[in-house]
Amino acid sequence: MATVDDLKFQEFDDAANLLAGKPDATTISIDEASENAKNQYGLLQDSGREEDDELLGTDSDKTELLAGQKKSAPFWTFEYYQTFFDVDTYQVLDRIKGSVFPIPGRNFVRLYIRSNPDLYGPFWICATLVFAIAISGNLSNFFIHLGKSSYQYVPEFRKVSIAATAIYAYAWLVPLALWGFLMWRNSKVMNIVSYSFLEIVCVYGYSLFIYIPTAILWIIPQKIVRWILLMFALCLSGSVLVMTFWPAVRDDNRRIALATVVTVVFLHALLAIGCLAYFFDAPDLDVLTPTVAAQNGTITTKTQ
Amino acid sequence: ELQTREKSGDEGGGVAAPPPMFAGLSDVSISEDIPVEGEITVPVGSHSPDEDYSTLDEPVKDTIMRDLKAVGKKFVHVMYPKKSSALLRDWDLWGPLVLCVSLALMLQGGSADSKDDGGPQFAEVFVIIWFGAVVITLNSKLLGGTISFFQSLCVLGYCVLPLTVAMLVCRLVLLAGSGTVIFIVRLVVVMAMFAWSTLASTAFLADSQPPNRKALVVYPIFLFYFVISWMILTFPPQ
Repeated sequence: MATVDDLKFQEFDDAANLLAGKPDATTISIDEASENAKNQYGLLQDSGREEDDELLGTDSDKTELLAGQKKSAPFWTFEYYQTFFDVDTYQVLDRIKGSVFPIPGRNFVRLYIRSNPDLYGPFWICATLVFAIAISGNLSNFFIHLGKSSYQYVPEFRKVSIAATAIYAYAWLVPLALWGFLMWRNSKVMNIVSYSFLEIVCVYGYSLFIYIPTAILWIIPQKIVRWILLMFALCLSGSVLVMTFWPAVRDDNRRIALATVVTVVFLHALLAIGCLAYFFDAPDLDVLTPTVAAQNGTITTKTQ
Repeated sequence: ELQTREKSGDEGGGVAAPPPMFAGLSDVSISEDIPVEGEITVPVGSHSPDEDYSTLDEPVKDTIMRDLKAVGKKFVHVMYPKKSSALLRDWDLWGPLVLCVSLALMLQGGSADSKDDGGPQFAEVFVIIWFGAVVITLNSKLLGGTISFFQSLCVLGYCVLPLTVAMLVCRLVLLAGSGTVIFIVRLVVVMAMFAWSTLASTAFLADSQPPNRKALVVYPIFLFYFVISWMILTFPPQ
């Protein structure tokens, strides 16, 4: 335990003399004490700010500073890339939970990422989604065509590479475009909130998680069910994206802000609909054709 | 001791020059017809004739058998995963290469009418296994694992062995026909081997990870073997 005397500024030789007098006394240097005081002050400020400015994120410059302090290794060393994987299991699970259950009024980036964007989530969620879509599509096609005598099962392995290209392109190129656009608008209009490229990649990566159970449930060969699932998933992850990016553009021109948000949701929907259309065969056509043929047959016999 | 025979130059009659420094050394010359020979020996305690018998001189059969035995020992360690360090310490990539090539070869022949809808081609299986193993190794190293790059590749490659066995069993079973019962048998075999592969590789790799990130490292391994199992299970019967 430090006494009050130890915290006071002392000359160097006095401290040495004191130590010589009591060799086993604990010593605390003055630098530590002032640092502790600063940390306490910062924490008080932090909690006060967080309550007010969750959405706005006026601590953005502080977080930018923190982000700058973290990634101090040069980019050609391995340690630089290790800073992007500095997450524990519970943090990844929390972020996934935050992307699936959007809390109205809370910003995903501020709440979960907190200037520690990781690349683990986006990369492995995309990989899982690629295989989930390819495998579910294959399975659903198998079940749809099961009864037909002319059907020969094929693994359709080519579709894995197509799915991988589409999903990884969406998860990396769209954030790049969005980041570039936000930087450009930032130079014109002073925005309060600005995200780094990795934070945008992170949000997009985690927002794709909802599509994994959706793809698995798309095995059910009912068109209505598939569209309901798609709408549900789109609402959940779309709302996470909207609540993340609305604060970044709302100080801008009204039309541009609306156009940005609408484009974000539209691209998200386009990915889902494209996957549904390409990888999953339409179920109703095969079910309807025998009944339609039977009806046509009865009608023609009646007219005859 | 080093012995050299030196031939002192014969200075014929003539000018008497002042003797240069190191006079004897300038006279050392190696003539062609006088061989220079000797031996340098370092005295050691026990001098057995096998000690300086380098592996360069052994018969080729011995070299190959030694490597084959090492690979075979690692196969046994994979099938009965105990906490042994043989896989980790003396890593080699022969076993994974053999397994990968044989698995890719066995997955051939799954072609349908159009090449686009068939099963994975040889190159696709090869790339998936090696690229997948590299990505998982990088992932575990980036998360702070202490295992070395090639050790992890070695473990992941060797743990494909149960799935290769499953592929062999599936192909043999498919020779007997194709029906629902055959499919159930294949499903059970592939699922059992998938669980074996995942558990074996987790047993070897989990210890080198930081404790609060183990699940983050194990999940990609699970995905990797799941994809390989899916390729094996959906091998279309001819």
